[in-house]
Amino acid sequence: MKLMVSFSKKKVREPIIARVVKDTGVLINVERARIEPGEGEVLIDVPNGSADEVSQKMRDMGATVRVLEDAIHHNETECVDCGACISICPQDVFSFDDDWNLVLDQKRCVLCGRCLQACPHGALSLLR
Amino acid sequence: MEKSIEEINTRIRDGNARVVTAEEMPDIVAELGEEGALKEVDVVTTGTFGAMCSSGAFLNFGHTDPPIRMERVWLNDVEAYGGVAAVDAYLGATQQSTTQGDTYGGAHVIEDLISGRSVELRAISRGTDCYPRRTVTSTLLLEDFNDAVMVNPRNAYQNYNAATNSTDRTLHTYMGLLLPNSGNVSYSGAGALSPLANDPHYHRIGSGVPIFLGGAEGMIVGQGTQSSPATGFATLMTTGDLKQMSPDFIRAATYQGYGVTMYVGVGVPLPVTDLEVVRSTAVRDEDLMTTIVDYGVPHRDRPAIRRVSYAELKSGKVEINGEEVKTSSLSSYKKAREVAETLRGWVEQGSIELALPTRHFNAAKRTHPMRETKVVPMVREVMDPEVVCITEDEPIIAAATRLLRGETNHLPVLDTDGFLVGIVTTYDVTKAVARPDDRLLVRDIMTRKVVRTTPDEAVDIAAQKLNRNNISALPVVDPANRVIGMLTALDLGKLLGGRWQ
Ligand code: SF4
Ligand code: SF4
Repeated sequence: MKLMVSFSKKKVREPIIARVVKDTGVLINVERARIEPGEGEVLIDVPNGSADEVSQKMRDMGATVRVLEDAIHHNETECVDCGACISICPQDVFSFDDDWNLVLDQKRCVLCGRCLQACPHGALSLLR
Repeated sequence: MEKSIEEINTRIRDGNARVVTAEEMPDIVAELGEEGALKEVDVVTTGTFGAMCSSGAFLNFGHTDPPIRMERVWLNDVEAYGGVAAVDAYLGATQQSTTQGDTYGGAHVIEDLISGRSVELRAISRGTDCYPRRTVTSTLLLEDFNDAVMVNPRNAYQNYNAATNSTDRTLHTYMGLLLPNSGNVSYSGAGALSPLANDPHYHRIGSGVPIFLGGAEGMIVGQGTQSSPATGFATLMTTGDLKQMSPDFIRAATYQGYGVTMYVGVGVPLPVTDLEVVRSTAVRDEDLMTTIVDYGVPHRDRPAIRRVSYAELKSGKVEINGEEVKTSSLSSYKKAREVAETLRGWVEQGSIELALPTRHFNAAKRTHPMRETKVVPMVREVMDPEVVCITEDEPIIAAATRLLRGETNHLPVLDTDGFLVGIVTTYDVTKAVARPDDRLLVRDIMTRKVVRTTPDEAVDIAAQKLNRNNISALPVVDPANRVIGMLTALDLGKLLGGRWQ
């Protein structure tokens, strides 16, 4: 399960991911990180069964945790099912079904944003 | 046995015609044989839906009072070509908005019009005795135009090169986003469903043939511009009434970093009159070959990586140099099927009749490159061959001295064998001198990733390198990586009259 963890450096003084891994023993995969001087945002992947425990620990430390479900918004009216998004996605989020309809496997998305640039029809956007 | 077009049209009128899409035809021929298929099938419908830059529409606005001879015309801030007649203009699909850049262009105006949205017209003129008015502004719907006629100089490519990118940076092209190090392959075209793939020799496709264009019944005007059937790249010039079209089959698009284009749905119904039609419509994706081309090389003749069939491209991956690379299309196969199916419906309902070409095209035609009478200058003609270098083992103070004496801001750094290994600029040296550690050598402060050029590179490409990397000089190296000159923004500026500055 993917969790988006945001924290302000003032409130969170500890290395939160390292601390949570140490305390819980849950192995956390960092998929994306944006660290600014005053704040940070990290996308992590954790085993489904441990999501609650990890979220709770992080919240206790002062971070905001949000479960990421539909990361990418796919506007079906704008989409023409061309497939330009398929080959550029590093996570294989997009594919065609048997009738050449575009289908998305949202769980895999790591929010890299590449597909937004690749879609000629402006049919994709990131949910913030 | 042959079938006449009258015979086929009578069956269409009577509702008895057997119509299939080009996708179904190969199996029918395999089952019934060619003679059997000729007897059984009357019409094969084709379809494609993809980016067709070379599209646009002639618009007639009607006269104002007092009348104006519109010289420059804008629709939602997209300029249309007004050099046609007083109140006519041609709006090209790829023309971009003066205010919104590549997020809005001619294709978007066309899509807005056929979707029933209003557009703002602005036009200006010098004013003449017969056309005294000098400006006009108005808000118009598609129904307000006297005529809105789509005329697309080049549609429905028979097939198109597939694209990949061997460089180490992402490219933004009309073939979409191309990832570095051949990270993906993009292609275009509907393969065995494409109109011209089913009639590559222009046997039944020619002037006057009725077609599906953008959801309306249109017509083939003639051979498309840049059509090259002799090399497998035939195209069509098409026309249709914008007022009958549908946003389901005309869609504006933007390729980021390239610009605006328009997705157009085109389908041609082919009358099954003889065995040649049967044979050419029995084509499968496996039989249709194209070339994967390296768009990383900025030349007209880009290197071919390998030949590939549409079947492989559609499978989602191809092999390049032993590695599996993901493929995806820019055109929509689902929409291409919709085009062919809609067209099948029209023929079955008798709402469209077929015609033989009133003029056949030249299937031997091939395009040639432009005859350039003034060739692009090469780097060697502009570069400064007097180049001051330094070696990586020298102290920084030596670099400072040489920069001062050499009246340059860039010093290429050589290793002991004389090969280029880095570059230092005045800024690097100043920064280093300001630091207290005076034991630093050139190698400690040089930039190792040097953007370089070669003597036979076109200056346009060198200029692009300067811009993209935000630098002001390029070392010119020979094939052995020895520095033989320097090219600076200043040199280019002198040559090109500031065109790139
Ligand atoms: S944001 Fe990146 S990972 Fe997510 S769907 Fe788009 S390309 Fe794939
Ligand atoms: S690139 Fe855009 S329009 Fe094409 S299939 Fe993907 S989401 Fe749809």
